[in-house]
Amino acid sequence: MERKKRIILGLALALGWTLAQAQVKVGVTVSATGPAASLGIPEKNTVEMLPKEMAGQKIEYIVLDDASDTTTAVNNTRKFITEDKVDLVMGSSITPNALAMIDVVAEAKVPMISFAAGDRVISPVDEKRRWVFKTPQSDKMMTEAIVEHMAANGVKTVGFIGFSDAYGESWYQSFSEAIAAKGLQMVVNERYNRTDTSVTGQVLKIIGAKPDAVLIAGSGTPAALPQKTLKERGYSGKIYQTHGVVNPDFLRVCGRDCEGTFLPSSPVVVAPQLPDGHPAKAAGVEYFQLYESKYGKGSVTQFGSYVWDAGKLLAAALPEALAKAKPGTPEFRAALRDAIEHLKEVPAANGVYSMSPTDHLGLDHRARVMLRIEGGQWKYIP
Amino acid sequence: MDFSIALILTQDGIVNGAVYVLLALALVLVFTVTRIIFIPQGEFVAFAALTLAMLENGRFPGTVWLVLAGGLAVCAMEARALVARHDWHYRVQVLGWNLAYPLVLWALAATIDWREAGQWGRIAFTLALIVPLGPMMFRVFFQPIASAPVLVLLIVAVAVHVALVGLGLWMFGAEGYRTLPLWDENFLVGPLRIPGQAVWVLGASLALIVLLAQFFSRTIYGKALRATAVNRNGARLMGISPNLAGRLTLMLAAAIGAVSGILVSPITTIYYDTGFLIGLKGFVAAIIGGLAAYPAAAAGALLVGLLESFSSFWASAYKEVIVFTLIIPVLFWRSLRTHHVEEEEE
Repeated sequence: MERKKRIILGLALALGWTLAQAQVKVGVTVSATGPAASLGIPEKNTVEMLPKEMAGQKIEYIVLDDASDTTTAVNNTRKFITEDKVDLVMGSSITPNALAMIDVVAEAKVPMISFAAGDRVISPVDEKRRWVFKTPQSDKMMTEAIVEHMAANGVKTVGFIGFSDAYGESWYQSFSEAIAAKGLQMVVNERYNRTDTSVTGQVLKIIGAKPDAVLIAGSGTPAALPQKTLKERGYSGKIYQTHGVVNPDFLRVCGRDCEGTFLPSSPVVVAPQLPDGHPAKAAGVEYFQLYESKYGKGSVTQFGSYVWDAGKLLAAALPEALAKAKPGTPEFRAALRDAIEHLKEVPAANGVYSMSPTDHLGLDHRARVMLRIEGGQWKYIP
Repeated sequence: MDFSIALILTQDGIVNGAVYVLLALALVLVFTVTRIIFIPQGEFVAFAALTLAMLENGRFPGTVWLVLAGGLAVCAMEARALVARHDWHYRVQVLGWNLAYPLVLWALAATIDWREAGQWGRIAFTLALIVPLGPMMFRVFFQPIASAPVLVLLIVAVAVHVALVGLGLWMFGAEGYRTLPLWDENFLVGPLRIPGQAVWVLGASLALIVLLAQFFSRTIYGKALRATAVNRNGARLMGISPNLAGRLTLMLAAAIGAVSGILVSPITTIYYDTGFLIGLKGFVAAIIGGLAAYPAAAAGALLVGLLESFSSFWASAYKEVIVFTLIIPVLFWRSLRTHHVEEEEE
């Protein structure tokens, strides 16, 4: 009798254990506080909207904040892997954090989908980066969109003002390469700080060089300062911003001075305005409406959509991985990585993802649109 | 670079410098009276600007919670004295300023639609919110360790700064704000276009300096603060409470910071963490004055403003480097010129 009880108890425990193991665990680290909070907060909001069940499997999301700090991001990743035994790591919001996480996930052989824009996160795909994928468009794609638009609109000379940090520097690199390819000429190159209270000096120098167009490589509300100063000092050429400014706060701070500004962006920001045949329209509108219904009108940014698309990739890859192994095992994690790499033509909010062993981003020109600021709104220009 | 560009840069440098002057004066004042190197000074600037922006946008300013929490903390620290001392005047004073006053502010913030209150109404309410944070901060963090070495006070000041920046992010969010200008008019003087707000910044800074000078030379409280700055023990023997002096000093510092924030926020975008960098530039200026001399600190602040403006024209990528490198020759020069006497620790 005693023995029978024990067997039943053992079976029950084993059953409970397999049930607990049968769900797919996803560890998400985002920069919800610190300097990158304006990226991390919509990302965190979007995690709450991700489906709790995919391909008949329960999905458990474990969300941690890394405070925009590299060491914390790495610690979070280690915690996901050793304590929570996750099947997939998502994050972090910014490139330095994502770069530091690569070693950790590669060592533990856990696939990772990053929300950081930097190309170095996924390229070149080597022994370590085999495990890493990302959803945001690369800066290069966005730069090309800007330069194409400049060339098509008769711009011959350009000026550049960017953050005096890695962000501004990387934009300067890709922008100067792209304009050289199109035969445009850079006549002035300036830098400023995110927290600067004045950019009068830089702007006077730009106006003195008389470029046909100016590109401001900043992100969020700090990108409004050069634009306001340019207008204040009477600059009349075209002004371009980067996709880093696409949030409602930028429009609020910049106000009238931003009318007529051109910028590249992910299609999700203007999803309802896209023509019906656009490949990113359906997924984009779905995300757009869901997010607005939860967080208010005009609250959609592309940052949250990177998380949404990571969810789309997981949902698309899950059936193939589940056919090969059980969640919670090393085999499953390897199968999930292979399955993500095999994805072809997955429509999502940011465009269409087609992964390959050499391309772990998988987006093409369908993943970017040009916008114009009109009446304090983002307007899609076909 | 031609003459008109130089003029525009000078104008820009002086307007920025005027704000650094105010902050440098506050830093010198706090250091001489309490020996605190007051890193959180910049937070008053950012919090005042952002509180004003919240009121303009019809949102509930998070600083109300900060004042409430600060008041409760003071009451908790005074609790024993409140029970033990049978002094009704003292009880009314402590509970009135730290419990009733924040509650009144809370009620005002919750009931009035500040979008309708006019710019001056909003500014007055912002000052009413920010200024009490100074004395509360002194009572809670610095009074218990008032006689600790300068280094300990500095470490606590850094800790308070870090905590306040975190709270700032929580209260105001990551994105920046601008407030409405007090005077939306422009004046053309030769090649210069002088915005009305710049006139306000300069005028208000000058007025505040004159007011402070009058306060220190004519009022009994001002003289008490000066006495404490000259000799803490001597002032104590003359019946000047060091705690009162500390609270009063931080109240002045908070008021100066809040006014600076209200003045600059229409000219530039203010973020929850802007205060630190502005404060740091004020600190460079205060160092030029040796953390003791007001006129030298003010001159240093103008120098910082001008240097910043001109280096942003010539070498924008190295602007901060140039401004902060200024501190090295200044320290070198000061160490050669002055005989520094180590102050006796109590």
